[in-house]
Amino acid sequence: MDQVLDILRHNARTSIEDIAKMTGMPAEEVAGRIEDYERQGVIRGYRAIVNDDRLGGSGERVTAIIEVRVQPEREGGFDRIARRIGGFPEVVNMYLMSGKYDLLLFVEGDSLRKVAGFVSRHLASLDGVLSTGTHFMLKTYKEDGVLMEEDATDERLQVSP
Amino acid sequence: MIADTKPAPSGRPAVATPPPLPSPADPEGRRWVAPHVAELPFSGIRKFFDIVATRKDVISLGVGEPDFNTPWNVREAAMYSLERGATHYTSNRGDPALCAAIAQYVKTHFGGDYDPQREVLVTVGVSEALDLAMRAVVRPGDEVLYHEPCFVSYAPTIRMAGGIPVCVETGVADSFRLTRAMLEAAVTPRTRALLLNFPCNPTGAVLSAADVADIADFCVAHDLLLISDEIYAELTYAAPHVSFASVPALRDRLVLLHGMSKAWAMTGFRIGYACAPAAVVENMMKLHQYSIMCAPTTGQRAAAEALARGDSAVAEMVAEYDRRRHFLIASFREMGLPCHTPAGAFYAFPGITGTGLSSQEFAMRLLDEHGVAAIPGDAFGPSGAGFIRCAYATSMPHLREAMSRLADFVAKLRK
Repeated sequence: MDQVLDILRHNARTSIEDIAKMTGMPAEEVAGRIEDYERQGVIRGYRAIVNDDRLGGSGERVTAIIEVRVQPEREGGFDRIARRIGGFPEVVNMYLMSGKYDLLLFVEGDSLRKVAGFVSRHLASLDGVLSTGTHFMLKTYKEDGVLMEEDATDERLQVSP
Repeated sequence: MIADTKPAPSGRPAVATPPPLPSPADPEGRRWVAPHVAELPFSGIRKFFDIVATRKDVISLGVGEPDFNTPWNVREAAMYSLERGATHYTSNRGDPALCAAIAQYVKTHFGGDYDPQREVLVTVGVSEALDLAMRAVVRPGDEVLYHEPCFVSYAPTIRMAGGIPVCVETGVADSFRLTRAMLEAAVTPRTRALLLNFPCNPTGAVLSAADVADIADFCVAHDLLLISDEIYAELTYAAPHVSFASVPALRDRLVLLHGMSKAWAMTGFRIGYACAPAAVVENMMKLHQYSIMCAPTTGQRAAAEALARGDSAVAEMVAEYDRRRHFLIASFREMGLPCHTPAGAFYAFPGITGTGLSSQEFAMRLLDEHGVAAIPGDAFGPSGAGFIRCAYATSMPHLREAMSRLADFVAKLRK
């Protein structure tokens, strides 16, 4: 993989100057590559990985994982209905799956009531949706490769040969 | 003791020998320490460690071990072995499965062919393997060549084995490589062995394939044993490591030392190993058996997992070290500190003579005034004077902050 992309995947806030030093590339080239990736839609955004549990009351969010069985269409298979469902901002991740259901959704909302409302009002009632199974997430242990409960500690001696 | 000072039944003192010193005169028991051990100097790093340990908010570039924790599959294998009750001794040589895995690894990665049952010994880190090798081969008064700047234990280990350490100084002009000419100037009829460490701690120097061939020829020409500590073998950035194990002419005169500590980030597991001709391993094993019994069993199980399924984790760590290496070199260049490009291990060794300070002064003031710990180069031998060792086995945010503080310090010195 491209070094620039690899560095950004680990930490999207790494500055262009630092990436230049880390890779030995001129800063202009690094900036150019990042712009290209953004323009081509390879890089689709940058966001923080937040541990909501540590935010306390104010920022709390509810996440549900929803298994959806749908009726594939003669023309277009699952794509049209997937686009339809994906349009809702409440749906943060969606995947087509093999197995007992077809689409797997991650849905976020401010409260349990709002998420449940979204499912009954918008999702279950869509044409082509055969059934839904909703699981509310209770606790996040790991997200995007980051363990939520572990803080970086350095167990090493400060000086060693 | 008490019996000696008690009056004999006749009423006269029983013995004429002087009474032992009363303990208040020697409360630390110094009189019991053998002179040849008492004379052994402490490592220059230990002195510095004691100072750093008293400071708070220090960013340390002084740590000679990976900042990464051991890959999870390796830690998990260690836990599993404990659950299964693998808490007993292994064979003195090491768990046969691990010995086989080591032989296989050395074959595929280093190009050396070793019989796992007769030519491999698992030890408590490379440090133990080095000590065993020295004690097994050095006769009283034998000279052992080694290069400086180098890891702190080399000269003391040679001396404790009864040998005479003969240092060959490497310098920045040769990128801290060791050349045949330097060795020819130091070899004598009393030279028994040559001890090498490339990639090198503290300089980050590596040897090219041509250097390796030259040094191998030198060993054959002077009938020397070569003890090659290749603990940083996986951590090379410019060209793949060339192991002395790949040189057929050294087959009967090479002790290859390697281990899990650096590339697999397993320092605390304490697993190293030696690959050598059967008689050398056999006799190292005797010493090992009487002093250590066997390397820790949990560590051996973890090492087997690391060798079997550790390559991708190593590759990821190497890629990250390489980025940090570039970052450090670029930072030194920006602040005007000359630094040869280290091609291996995870150390940079910039020169600081341009600042007008000695290594010790530079390191102490950097610590006191800017809260950054770097090791004075002369802790690795007198030829390290004028340099500091900066380990880049430290996270990027810490490195960035350390480089910014170092730049401030260097700028201040220039004013």
